[in-house]
Amino acid sequence: MSDAAQTSKPRGLNINWRYIWYQISRSPLMMIGSSIIAIVLILVIFAPLFATHDPNAISLRERLAPPSWDHFFGTDEVGRDLYSRILYGGQQSIAVGFFVVVLAGGIGTLLGAFSGLVGGRLDTAIMRLMDVVLSVPSLVLVLALAAALGPSLQNAALAIAIVRIPFYVRLARGQTLLVREMAYVTAAETFHAKKRHILRWHILPNIMSPILVQTTLDLGNTILLASALSFIGLGAQQPTAEWGAMVATGRNYILDQWWYSAFPGFAILITATAFNLFGDGLRDILDPKQKAR
Amino acid sequence: MSDAVLQIEGLEIQFPGFAGAVHAVSGVDIEVGAGEIVGIVGESGSAKSVTAMSALRLLPKGAFDMPSGKITLLGKDLATITETEMNEMRGRDVAMIFQEPQTALNPTKKIGKQMIKVIELHTELKGKAAKDHALSLLRDMRINDAEEILDRYPFELSGGMRQRILIGMAFACSPRLLVADEPTTALDVTVQRQVLQLLHHKARQTGASVLFISHDLAVVNQFCDRVYVMYAGRVIESGKTADALGSPAHPYTQALIEALPEHAKKGEALSSIDGTVPNLVKPPTGCAFEARCTKSIEKCIQRPALKPIAADKRQVACWLKEAQNV
Amino acid sequence: MSFLNVVRRRLIFLVLVLLGVTLITFTISHLIPGDPARMIAGDRATPEIVAKIRDDLGLDRPLYEQYARYVTGIVQGDFGTSIRPRRPVLEDLRIFFPATLELALVALLVATSLGVPLGVASAVWKNKLIDQFVRVIAVTGISTPAFWLGLLVILLFYGQLGLLPSGGRIDPSMDVPATITGFLLVDSLLAGRFDAFASAFKHLILPAFTLGFVHLGVVARQVRAALLDELQQDYVRTARANGISSFRIVFTEALPNAMIPSITVLGLALGDLLYGAVLTETVFAWPGMGAYVVNSIQALDFPAVMGFTVVVSLAYVLINLAVDLIYMAVDPRIREVS
Repeated sequence: MSDAAQTSKPRGLNINWRYIWYQISRSPLMMIGSSIIAIVLILVIFAPLFATHDPNAISLRERLAPPSWDHFFGTDEVGRDLYSRILYGGQQSIAVGFFVVVLAGGIGTLLGAFSGLVGGRLDTAIMRLMDVVLSVPSLVLVLALAAALGPSLQNAALAIAIVRIPFYVRLARGQTLLVREMAYVTAAETFHAKKRHILRWHILPNIMSPILVQTTLDLGNTILLASALSFIGLGAQQPTAEWGAMVATGRNYILDQWWYSAFPGFAILITATAFNLFGDGLRDILDPKQKAR
Repeated sequence: MSDAVLQIEGLEIQFPGFAGAVHAVSGVDIEVGAGEIVGIVGESGSAKSVTAMSALRLLPKGAFDMPSGKITLLGKDLATITETEMNEMRGRDVAMIFQEPQTALNPTKKIGKQMIKVIELHTELKGKAAKDHALSLLRDMRINDAEEILDRYPFELSGGMRQRILIGMAFACSPRLLVADEPTTALDVTVQRQVLQLLHHKARQTGASVLFISHDLAVVNQFCDRVYVMYAGRVIESGKTADALGSPAHPYTQALIEALPEHAKKGEALSSIDGTVPNLVKPPTGCAFEARCTKSIEKCIQRPALKPIAADKRQVACWLKEAQNV
Repeated sequence: MSFLNVVRRRLIFLVLVLLGVTLITFTISHLIPGDPARMIAGDRATPEIVAKIRDDLGLDRPLYEQYARYVTGIVQGDFGTSIRPRRPVLEDLRIFFPATLELALVALLVATSLGVPLGVASAVWKNKLIDQFVRVIAVTGISTPAFWLGLLVILLFYGQLGLLPSGGRIDPSMDVPATITGFLLVDSLLAGRFDAFASAFKHLILPAFTLGFVHLGVVARQVRAALLDELQQDYVRTARANGISSFRIVFTEALPNAMIPSITVLGLALGDLLYGAVLTETVFAWPGMGAYVVNSIQALDFPAVMGFTVVVSLAYVLINLAVDLIYMAVDPRIREVS
């Protein structure tokens, strides 16, 4: 692909945006995914504009009201408007998602690329440590960490981020080893270029594609996991509006006031699905092996 | 042609892609008579394989467009028969062998099982009889320990052995046409020769026609009765092998033969063809070889038709020849 | 690679994993702000009592000594004593593990029996409507909060339709068959108790479906990818050139080969299901390890959490060993190259 060669300057990411757009426009699932992400982000970021009520305004007269024109998704056990709470709650969930991806992706990628670049004993030591962390089932590790840190959404996010780091380390290291074999990196090494220079100019821009895919998929997974932690009481605490916590409280009313749990859970589902659809599509586009099909 | 086993007329094939459709095959006519061994020769990318695959309707469905062309196989128009009918013909009346014997067999099944499956599918032979037939096919391919080979997995055998097995399999039902797509390219030179001889012998013995695809002029020269030279999805020259390769008329064929190592004089550099194959997303409107041709004239910006220049189906698509003949 | 080599390699790995797992959980358990001795003793205990407990448990010893003591205990089959009910952890796990394994296995059955056909259809009709449909189902599956799906199916099948029970393993009014395997389905059959079997089966449907649905997508995607990979192999082209019908190519040539790499994914899925049950069990009041560990975590009962983690990791490694052995049994390329 000559276009790719022309646009791949040493600086920035080696990604052919025109090609990606062509692929997105051809893949209905990716279109759906990106549209939902856009809508969710707009609704959540501008929640004050779209909310119909104060998310924390208690109105005991309207407790557990079913969905209506006044309350689109009904109300909870103290009469708060669920629609508005879901909009504001999305801020929590999505913020956790981005926090985890940036923290885990950032640290993990740098560490992995560094490890792959220096090689030798340090590399072995880092990777053994990661193997040990990876050998523990990650959900269990997250649960234990979150519990040890103390129940709060920040701690839950931190716990998830810590557990996700090894995945990025392994991914980034593997990619770095591949890129390192390429002629231009070998050439740069021959000229005794500084490691930092090689990392910045040659390795990082060229390993970004798979990491970008991983972060997109992780956004969805993190939102799911954070809400699960909130559901069992290890995440957001009352009265914060948060999707998982809302499902958890709504659980007590599930048989009679189904809307209480149903809508916040659906918000989790739709958001996670959108990020997963988008990440899947991105992988199909960026993974040359898949492209050949 | 009534005795033609395979007749391809005006074939055009395109592959849709990101930058636009690739015009892989643009207007190809090929004919294989009964018992004839016909070669298609050309560089990689000249669409030899695509042409051959289309003769068995093997191109993946939905991956290509065929805006025009008619393929007649054993008197049947391939556009009109069903997939079931096509499947009945494949393996029985017409067979194909491929370039990579390493991967052409199912890696998790024993040779015997794979051969017997094909034999049972297309013949009345079942069980023991099918196995005996498989053994005789292998012995015809000079495989001595045939019984033992049947009990082996593909990865336990050498490339040459696997290709002999595949040729044996291809002849399982005495097909009328065998399409061989670079059957020896992936093999060692010493094995190449042996496999080619076996293939040649078996074809002559059973009277099967062969459509032989290769980029190797020397092999085609030895092996084929008649040859088509392809360039950038077009046939640019054809005729009896001795004529077409012995006294080539098209500048491209001439250049190809010039470039053979055995034509080099000691001390001189090997000759090569300058330039590259044209971009088939925007195929040239004139002669495809015009940009690289040392003898091009003004008229070459129009596309030359394939025209007869002598007897025995001797044809060439070049304005220079046209000028001489008129 | 011989059979013994595989087993030996996995067992060495097992030792490493157990060391790692215990090290990590041990570290985490010492990060907790609380004082375990005080938690055991309760709020009203005198400082003397707390000190005695601390001494009994060796909590005043250096950390490495405590760790060595814990690991030695595990090797001898002593997983320590839980803080809350003061019971040996191993005894609790012995009761709860079979319940979780039963749920996970049935969920795997659900995920496989639906996921494989969907994956095949998706690969065969790639980019067609059914492929898009299957991909949406698959993505939805992995994006579904299992705890929420559990609530919805309880609402529908218990609350609205009244067809299935909302939680537990068996009708509470029923005598539980004697524990032999710990799997209620098997135990009730062994005891010849078809009423118990029916009840246990009914109680399994909702949790197994909920847990299975989440993994259905993983299975379907894997089968799709593996089958697409096989379908573009050269031997498929040979088969087509030999006149073997597309149907037979898919089912007798490509699919068996595609299932070989899929075994790994199924093995991993079983591992995930084991600890994925943590959330599902909470929703369905399923008396398994998941509910046990969630309660323990909330109570900061780390001996119990550590015990759970060790058992799940052990199961993980053993599943991987089984996967390796199955691989050798079905793939001649691995079996015969020795």
